[in-house]
Amino acid sequence: MLIKTLFAGAGGQGVLSMGYCLAYAAMQEDLHVTYMPAYGAEVRGGTANCTVVVSDEDIASPIASSPDNIVILNNPSLVRFTNFGRPGGSYLINSSLVNGKLKRSDVTSLYMPASELAEKSGSLRNANMMLLGAFIAMSGVVTMDTMQAAIADIFAKKNKKVIDINQQAVQSGYDWAAAELGKGRAAKKKTAKKPAPKARAAAGR
Amino acid sequence: MTKSKDKPRKQLLRGTEAVGEAAIRAGCRFYAGYPITPQNELPEYMSRRMGELRAEHPEENPVFIQSESELSAINMLLGASVTGARCMTSSSSPGISLKQEGISFMAGMELPAVVVNIMRGGPGLGNIAPSQSDYYQATRGGGHGDYRTIVLAPATVQEMADLTYEAFDLADKYRNPVLVVGDGMMGQMMEPVIFREDQPMRLVAKLPPKPWALRGAKGRPSRFFRSLILPPHEMEEHNWRLYRKLQKIERKEPRAELVSVDDADFVVVAFGTAARIARSAVKRCRDKGLKVGLIRPITLWPYPSQVIRETADRGVQAFLSFEMNMGQMVDDVRLAVEGRAPVHFFGRPGGVVPTPVELAGVIRRIYNNPAKTM
Repeated sequence: MLIKTLFAGAGGQGVLSMGYCLAYAAMQEDLHVTYMPAYGAEVRGGTANCTVVVSDEDIASPIASSPDNIVILNNPSLVRFTNFGRPGGSYLINSSLVNGKLKRSDVTSLYMPASELAEKSGSLRNANMMLLGAFIAMSGVVTMDTMQAAIADIFAKKNKKVIDINQQAVQSGYDWAAAELGKGRAAKKKTAKKPAPKARAAAGR
Repeated sequence: MTKSKDKPRKQLLRGTEAVGEAAIRAGCRFYAGYPITPQNELPEYMSRRMGELRAEHPEENPVFIQSESELSAINMLLGASVTGARCMTSSSSPGISLKQEGISFMAGMELPAVVVNIMRGGPGLGNIAPSQSDYYQATRGGGHGDYRTIVLAPATVQEMADLTYEAFDLADKYRNPVLVVGDGMMGQMMEPVIFREDQPMRLVAKLPPKPWALRGAKGRPSRFFRSLILPPHEMEEHNWRLYRKLQKIERKEPRAELVSVDDADFVVVAFGTAARIARSAVKRCRDKGLKVGLIRPITLWPYPSQVIRETADRGVQAFLSFEMNMGQMVDDVRLAVEGRAPVHFFGRPGGVVPTPVELAGVIRRIYNNPAKTM
């Protein structure tokens, strides 16, 4: 097992926190894990991203050349990472801040209006945690129980309210995605199709 | 800080933070440095932890200084070390070049210190991506004069912690500067780290005494620390003493990890980040039935020549030195092998981190034609 996940968005959206939470939870499950933030020539207000690699054996490189999963929080990240994910992998996209769709048919994608959902539930700041919950529902890299415990650990120095808010956000994201994926699976049975080579060419590969 | 910090517990730490925490635990009470990417999280961590330590143990007199330059940082270390304090500085390639004068002076004056180099692409300012471009500089002394520094090359964040903790003991034991070398990947990456029970917080009062340190000459004749020794016969004697010390280090301290070398007829040699890639590539080759092994030098100086030579003696068909530069350690592999087998080289410079698949391809190509060196 070797699962590489890239989280990408704008600085301040909580992209690095998402990656850190996933890495921490994977550590709690006694898996091998690396967390690698993008560093260096990144500019303020530009894209921020990090890669989390989870495995049941030693991890060679914390940098993923073709991640299995990509979580996209804003439009510039979609533009930058459209061709980055491996064929057959998955994309989770914050559709509140992304215009249009992913122009690829060789990957699974789930569009979640995370910013809107977060705003409705009380705070826009929870969008990242809702996406993280949805990501767990999609990928199953770690269990929800571990993630909830990890959040309690990570925010242990803050007050109880911070832990509650984050745990609730992750849970509601998970529930939303689980319901959405359930619908998707039902529909997929009717219109199952393989990615056509033409479609891949159209995606600019 | 709190009691829970002392019992072994898994933490998710950045490479630079692991170095910082290990240094604090090892009794480092003086840190000076000047900012440079990709190691800035280390001085940041030290500034915070030295402050915490000062609040908790004021008698330990912990000091963090952001110096005005690399030169002043290394010379502050010289001053701290001469008083017996465990001390550390860190930088990245161009900054380490600036520190070489001070390192040479400390080697000459036989002063312990730990210097961390989070290497980047070069020469010149290069870039901040992961690279192993400073192998020659690190292993040949670095500065002017007839000396070497012990060079430790961790390949995991856990090892960043373990080897830094040990670096302080080695520096004191031999009264010599010790380098810990990583790269942008080792420095920035987070991995689980455990500080074991045999790596406790060491308070200054419980560290082995340093009778040579200068802490006031009341009641004893005065002593001098200097690297200027003008009479040739005295300088020669000093060089001989350093030489004997370095020889002792070469006998006692070389260290390497061996991965499926026993039955290998092809051996990859790689350290640090490159060794991670190599380990995965070797596994891929093994899965395909190729008898490939890995020797991972943990000390770059003293170089684990002995174990490489013994491996060559057992009839290995060829060696491959794999580095993230244009071929520096390959010289040491050749010196160790002494013509017993062909030594090949493969490297990616400039901060490009090759994939295990790419390296496995190179291994397969050479494996099938081991006699032909590139």
